[in-house]
Amino acid sequence: MAGFARLYGAGPLHLLSVLASFAVAGYAALRIRDLGAAGNVAVWFVGAIVAHDLLLLPLYSLVERVAARLARASARPARAGSPPPPGVLALNHVRVPAMISGLLFLLFFPSILGRNEGYVGASGLEPDVYVGRWLALTGALFVLSGVLYAIRRGRSRAAYPRSG
Amino acid sequence: MSSGPFDRDFWRSPLRGPWLASLLSAALLPLIVITALTGFLSHVAYETELPGNAIGGSDGILAPVYRALDWPAGWAWLYAVNQGVHVVAGFAAAPILLAKLWAVIPKLWERPAVRSVAHALERLSLALLVGGALFVFVTGVFNIQIYYPWEFSFVPSHYWASFVFLGALAFHIALKLGVMRRAFREHGVVAPLRQDLAHTTAEAPAASENVPTDPKPATISRRGFVTVVGGTSLGLTVMMAGQSIGGPLRNLGVLAPRGRDYGSGPNDFQINKTAVSAGVTTTDTGPSWTLELAGAREETLTRDELLVMKQSTHDLPIACVEGWTTTQSWSGVPLRDLARLAGARPDDILLVESLQESGSFRDAALTPAQISDPRSLLALKVNGVDLSLDHGFPARIIVPALPGVHNTKWVASMTFRSA
Repeated sequence: MAGFARLYGAGPLHLLSVLASFAVAGYAALRIRDLGAAGNVAVWFVGAIVAHDLLLLPLYSLVERVAARLARASARPARAGSPPPPGVLALNHVRVPAMISGLLFLLFFPSILGRNEGYVGASGLEPDVYVGRWLALTGALFVLSGVLYAIRRGRSRAAYPRSG
Repeated sequence: MSSGPFDRDFWRSPLRGPWLASLLSAALLPLIVITALTGFLSHVAYETELPGNAIGGSDGILAPVYRALDWPAGWAWLYAVNQGVHVVAGFAAAPILLAKLWAVIPKLWERPAVRSVAHALERLSLALLVGGALFVFVTGVFNIQIYYPWEFSFVPSHYWASFVFLGALAFHIALKLGVMRRAFREHGVVAPLRQDLAHTTAEAPAASENVPTDPKPATISRRGFVTVVGGTSLGLTVMMAGQSIGGPLRNLGVLAPRGRDYGSGPNDFQINKTAVSAGVTTTDTGPSWTLELAGAREETLTRDELLVMKQSTHDLPIACVEGWTTTQSWSGVPLRDLARLAGARPDDILLVESLQESGSFRDAALTPAQISDPRSLLALKVNGVDLSLDHGFPARIIVPALPGVHNTKWVASMTFRSA
């Protein structure tokens, strides 16, 4: 048993369960192969991982980093060694509505950009309303976030009046 | 200074770690279980073992399961609820899934890339897990918007890829349950949500590869992060539930494909397939139209002959696999009366064919239970007036709890026969 673990890197149950999950995946892959266009399914399967892990996530992390740097540059310099002020970060009140708006775009871009050509034949309606709805929703999110920022900052100032 | 993503110092968010990953997983898992179960039940509802109902290939080794399971007609709302829940839970899960992937991304770049055979298999399984999850979410999200930028058929690919996803997920849960237990035992399930920004610090780096070795000061608390992810999930729930429930709540479906109003007339409600897109014209549906009824006897009926038969009126939903519903008042001839007229046997199934000459869902088969439900109709009218062409004039099928696309429009023939 110890020999197996040394060779394999885990117990036999680990091997059995991972192989069982591969067997399920293998059978599903066979069914998909029988449908034709299996190559295209594989492209979308792998493409989805690449698109998320190597494009989307690095891209939004980069936007985040730049936004955080800009926010730091515009903020008052804090005294070295002092704890962060109990104030409310303006950064969050910009990036949160931006993130939610971005997620809505990610989920609904076929409708927003009118790329869903089947929609007219299915519903009898044009998808042209969605770009306006998305922009309105985005605007509402930023307004709401701004109002929340004003309220939170007001409260924080009341709780921690400036000493100087 | 870090050299790149393979360097652990590159990943600096103090929020990443087993506790956050565990909390997100605890929220994600029930949503995935619900989406998977309702997806499976939807497949049952399509009665794929009846002739013509399978979409792309057979059910393979699962065929006996589907033969044994009969989708009932008794609860008219059953399919509406099933699909509403499927799509709502899927959308509610989307932001949590993305947050979870963000929380564990350093693991993708871990060094050494492979420590043992077991570790290599785990990483391969993770590729199936992440690829499977993204594949089923992307195809589902695009399908409800009628957006098909790929060459494969949506239904069987979405269906079989979910097995790849769920198989890998089962292994992942078995592997990580201990990590979750430890994280919750150490930090409490909700205790970290009470820390404000000033008290938000990284977990111990030894706890996981996802914990930063060189954390930056937090710019958002765990409470803030979870509130944003949960709030987005809740917002999507409301939006997608709007188109599922319909009525005045449909207006909540701001970005939902069926969060739209058609007007106030009796035929102004959600259309799934227009006559134009099905290639059905008023020439086909004019006075020369007849219904070809076949069973032990054959009958040809004009629309006027159908209208003088005993009519029934029922409020029934049309519920689409895409998660939207519209409930209307339908009038027409009960299917069981037509079965009697055709001399059908009690265990006969019904094959319905449309005037639509080609394309998916031009025909559908119904079970004996669906035929015999008194509310199952060959509908001629809706809300007191003739069906519009887009809603299936001269006659369409309406059966309680039937997947929307199986309520065949522009019916040309009905054949009762043994299964």
